[in-house]
Amino acid sequence: MFELLIGIGVVLVVAIILTILRILRLVNVARGVEKKSPDSSSANKVNALLFLLFLLISGAATTWYSVSRFDEYQLPIASEHGIITDRLFWITMIVTGVVFIITQILLFYFSYKYQFKTSRKALYYPDNSKLEVVWTVIPAIVLSILVFSGWKAWSDITNAAPDDAEVVEVMGYQFGWEFRYPGKDNELGNHDFRLIDPVNMWGMDFTDRSSFDDFSSGTKLVIPKGKPVLFKIRARDVLHSVFIPEFRLKQDAVPGMPTRFWFTPNKTTAEMREELGNPDFNYYIYCTEVCGRGHFSMRKMVEVVEADEYEQWYAEQQPFLQKNPDYLAKVPSNMKELAVVSAGMDSEVEEN
Amino acid sequence: MATANISNENIAHDVHGHDDDHHHGNFITTYIFSTDHKMIAKQYLLTGILWAFVGGLLSIIFRLQLGFPGMSLEFLRPLLGDWISSSGSLDPEFYLALVTMHGTIMVFFVLTAGLSGTFSNYLIPLQIGARDMASGFMNMLSYWLFFLASIIMFISLFLETGPAAGGWVVYPPLSALPQAIQGSQAGMTLWLVAMVFFIASQLLGGINYITTVINLRTSGMSFSKLPLTIWAFFLTAVIGLLSFPVLMAASLLLVFDRSFGTSFYLSEIYIGGEALPNVGGSPILYQHLFWFLGHPEVYIVLLPALGITSEVVATNSRKPIFGYRAMVGSMLGITILSFVVWAHHMFVSGLNPFLGSIFMFLTLIIAVPSAVKVFNYLTTLWKGNIVFTPAMLFSIGLVSVFISGGLTGIFLGNSAIDIQLHDTYFVVAHFHLVMGSASFFGLMAGVYHWFPKMYGRMMDRHLGYVHFWLTFVGIYLVFFPMHYIGIAGFPRRYYSFTTFDILDTFADLNMFISVAAILTFSAQAIFAYNFFYSMYRGRLAPANPWKSNTLEWTTSRYPGHGNWPGEIPKVYRWPYDYSKPGAKEDYIPQHIPFSATPESNLPHENEMIAEEKAAAKVDTTSNEAKA
Repeated sequence: MFELLIGIGVVLVVAIILTILRILRLVNVARGVEKKSPDSSSANKVNALLFLLFLLISGAATTWYSVSRFDEYQLPIASEHGIITDRLFWITMIVTGVVFIITQILLFYFSYKYQFKTSRKALYYPDNSKLEVVWTVIPAIVLSILVFSGWKAWSDITNAAPDDAEVVEVMGYQFGWEFRYPGKDNELGNHDFRLIDPVNMWGMDFTDRSSFDDFSSGTKLVIPKGKPVLFKIRARDVLHSVFIPEFRLKQDAVPGMPTRFWFTPNKTTAEMREELGNPDFNYYIYCTEVCGRGHFSMRKMVEVVEADEYEQWYAEQQPFLQKNPDYLAKVPSNMKELAVVSAGMDSEVEEN
Repeated sequence: MATANISNENIAHDVHGHDDDHHHGNFITTYIFSTDHKMIAKQYLLTGILWAFVGGLLSIIFRLQLGFPGMSLEFLRPLLGDWISSSGSLDPEFYLALVTMHGTIMVFFVLTAGLSGTFSNYLIPLQIGARDMASGFMNMLSYWLFFLASIIMFISLFLETGPAAGGWVVYPPLSALPQAIQGSQAGMTLWLVAMVFFIASQLLGGINYITTVINLRTSGMSFSKLPLTIWAFFLTAVIGLLSFPVLMAASLLLVFDRSFGTSFYLSEIYIGGEALPNVGGSPILYQHLFWFLGHPEVYIVLLPALGITSEVVATNSRKPIFGYRAMVGSMLGITILSFVVWAHHMFVSGLNPFLGSIFMFLTLIIAVPSAVKVFNYLTTLWKGNIVFTPAMLFSIGLVSVFISGGLTGIFLGNSAIDIQLHDTYFVVAHFHLVMGSASFFGLMAGVYHWFPKMYGRMMDRHLGYVHFWLTFVGIYLVFFPMHYIGIAGFPRRYYSFTTFDILDTFADLNMFISVAAILTFSAQAIFAYNFFYSMYRGRLAPANPWKSNTLEWTTSRYPGHGNWPGEIPKVYRWPYDYSKPGAKEDYIPQHIPFSATPESNLPHENEMIAEEKAAAKVDTTSNEAKA
C-alpha cells in the first residue's frame, strides 16, 4: 500500500507540474510573451534569484547537517596510523572546503549579479596571462603540499612491519573470513590451495613444520592493543577486501597474490564500548570488494584486548592438528613426532 | 558585408529550407542507414535517451531496496519476475546485476555514446565547415555497432541467470569464473560481447572524428580558431582511440580465461569445492588494463561536456571565453595526464606502495588543469551579461557539480586518505557528481542549445527551467549526503545495511537519498515531454536563435545533407568575438571578415588585413607578370 501511495504521489506531482507549466505557457502565448526573446522576460530575473537562493539555502542546510550530525559520521579512531590519516583528511577538508565555498559563492553570485540587462554590455575580457599564471601556480603549490604530506603518511603506513609484530593470516572466501595464527613458533606454515578441504580451509601444508602449531581463532579475530599487528591477507576464490573502519584499514584479498597490512590498535573493545557509551559495540571486518550475493553480509567480529590478556588467550588456543588429529596422516612419517610435540598432542596420542 | 547585416545573413538561408539537400534518399537511407552525420547524431541521441531511461530506472529499483530495506517490492514482480523473492524482497544477486547494468549503461551507452556520439557527430562537420565526416559509411557503421552492442546488453536483462553482476568494472576472478555467481554466466558473456562491439564502434567513430578535424576544416579554420567544443571532441577521440583498445585486449583475455582454459587473470583458486588448475595469472593485471581505459573514460565523458559548456557559457554570457589558450592547454594537459593516473583506483589492491606514491603525485597534478578550467569559467561569467537559457542553466549547474565532485577527488587521489574512503559511498558521491552529473548536465546543455539546429524548432524554455531546477536540486540532494555516509565507512555495492549497526544509523539518510532519486528521475519526464513535443510542435527556430558565432548557425534553419547549399563559409576570426568594443552588435560570427568590422578591430587584426591585402596584391602582380 505504502509503495502504491509513493507511486501515485510521484505521478501526481509530475502531472501537476506539467499541467501548471502548460497553463503558464498558454497564458504567456495569450499575452504574447512567447514572442519575446528569452532575455527580455522575467524568467531571467527569476533564475538569477533562484541561484542566489540555492546558494543560501543549500549552504545553510549543509552547515546545519555537518555540525549537528558530526559525531555520527565521524567514526572513532582505534589505530595509531588512523590518527595521521584522519588529520590528513581534515586538513584536506579545510583546504578544499575553502576553495569549495569561495568558488560556489562566486559562481552563483556572478550568475545573480551579472544577469542580463539591456542597458549593459558585457566586458570584452579574453585573457590575462598574469591572472592565469597565478591560479595555475597556487593550486599547484597547495597540491604539492598535500602530495608531500600524503606521501609521507603513505610511506609510513606501507613500510615493512616491525619484527615483533603479531602475525595473523586473514583469508577471505565466499562469504566469510577465516584467521590463522602462527602458534608458538611465530611462523605461519606454508599453504597450498590444492590442499583445501571443508576442514582445512586454509590449505595448510603439513609437510612444513611451521604448520604444526598453527591455529584458528574460530568465530572471531583477537588482537592485542598497543602492539603492531601484521595481517597477511589472501583470498581463495574471488577478490575480497578487508575493511575495518575504526582501524582505518583496508586491503584487498587477492587469489594467488598475498597482500599485507600492518597497524597498531590503540583501543580495546572494552575501551571503545565505554567511549561510545554502547555496551554492544564490536569491531567487525567488512568486505568492500564485490564478491557475490552474500557480499553485504560477509563479516566477522574483531576483539581487541590488552596485551597480557592476549598472551593468555594465545597460550590457551589449540593448534589445528590437535583439534583435527586425522590430519596427522598428512604429515610425513619422519616429522610425525615433531608434529605431535609442536601441536601439543602428546596426551591424545598416548591415549590412542 | 557589414556587421549590421549579421542577423540578416544568418537567417538568409531559411528560405531555402531543404533545398540544399542534394541527397534525396528513401526512408531507409534517410532515417535508418543514413550516412549523414546529422542524422547519425540524432540516432545516437535518441538511443542515448532510451538508455538513460533504462539505466535510470534500474537505479531507482535498487534505491528502493536501499532506502526502504525490508519493504515489500512485490509490486515490481510484473517487471522483475522471480528476481522478487517469495518474501517480496529483491534478490541480492539481482541487486548486484542492477548496479552493474546501471553503471555500464550510464558510463558507456549514455555518457560516452549519447553525449560524445551525438555532439561529435553533429557539431564537428558543422563547426569546422565540412560537408560531412571523412567517411560517412564508417560513421554509419559506428552507430550500428553501438546499437548492436546496446541490444546485446539489453538482452542480458532477460537471461534466466540474469545480466553480469560483478560491478561495471567486472573484475576477475568473479567475472572469469562462471561458477562464482549466476551473474558470471551467460550474462557476463553477453556483457563482454557487447563491449567488444561497443569498443569497435568507438574506434570507428574516433578515427572519423580525428580525420575529419585534421583534414576537412574550411578555409581559414586553423586550430587556433577552432571552437572549444571541437577541441574537446578532438581530444576525446584521441583519448578513446588510444585507450579503448586496451580494454578490448583486457576483454578478450577475459574471454580466453572464461572459455579456453587460459590463466591470464586466474591463479590458485578453490571454488565450489574444487581446486582449479589455473596458476600464474594475476587479477591485478586485469585491473591495470581496465583502468588504463577506465580512468581516461572519465575524461571521455567529461571533456565533451566541458567543451559544450565553454561554448554555451561564452554565448550566453555574451563574453569571450576567458583564456582560450589556457582552456585548450588545460584540455591537452588533462588528455596527457589522463593516461598516467589509472592506478589511483588500485591503491589498496596490493599494488607496490612505491607505485602508489607515483600515481598519487600524478593524480593530484591533474587537478591543476581542472582548476584552471573552473577559474576560467568563473571569469567568463564575471561582468558578463548573462542570458539564462536552459542550456546556460545546465552549464552553470555543470560548473557547480564539477567543483563539488572535483574537489573530493583530491581526497581520493591521496593514497593515505584513500585507504579509508576507497570503495565507500564517498567514492560514489565523488564520481556521480564530477563524472555522471557534470557530463549529464553537459549533455542537457548541448541538447537545449543545439535542438533548434537539430530539429528546426525551439524547445519550451519554461519546461526547460523547471527541468533544470528539479534536476539540479535533486542531483545535490541525492549525491551530497552520500559524502557523509561515505566518511562514516558505508561500503558501496551493499545490498543491505542492516547487517552492521553503525551503518544502520544512517537509515533515515538513505531513505532521503532514495526519495530524492525517485523525484529527480521523475523530473526527467518533463524533459522527455518537452523534447518529443517540441520536435514536432515546437516553435519554428530562427537560424541563429542564440546569436552565436560558430559556423553551424550560418546554415539554414534545418540544414540538409551537405550542410550548406552553396559554398562553405570561409573563417576569418576565432569563435568568441562577443561584446567586442566598438562592434555594432554584441556578436561577430566567425565568417565575418575583419575588413567588414573596422570599427571594432584590434590593432593586430588591422595588421592582418594589411598583410592580406599585400599578399593579394603580390598575387595579382605575379599573375599579371605570368600572363
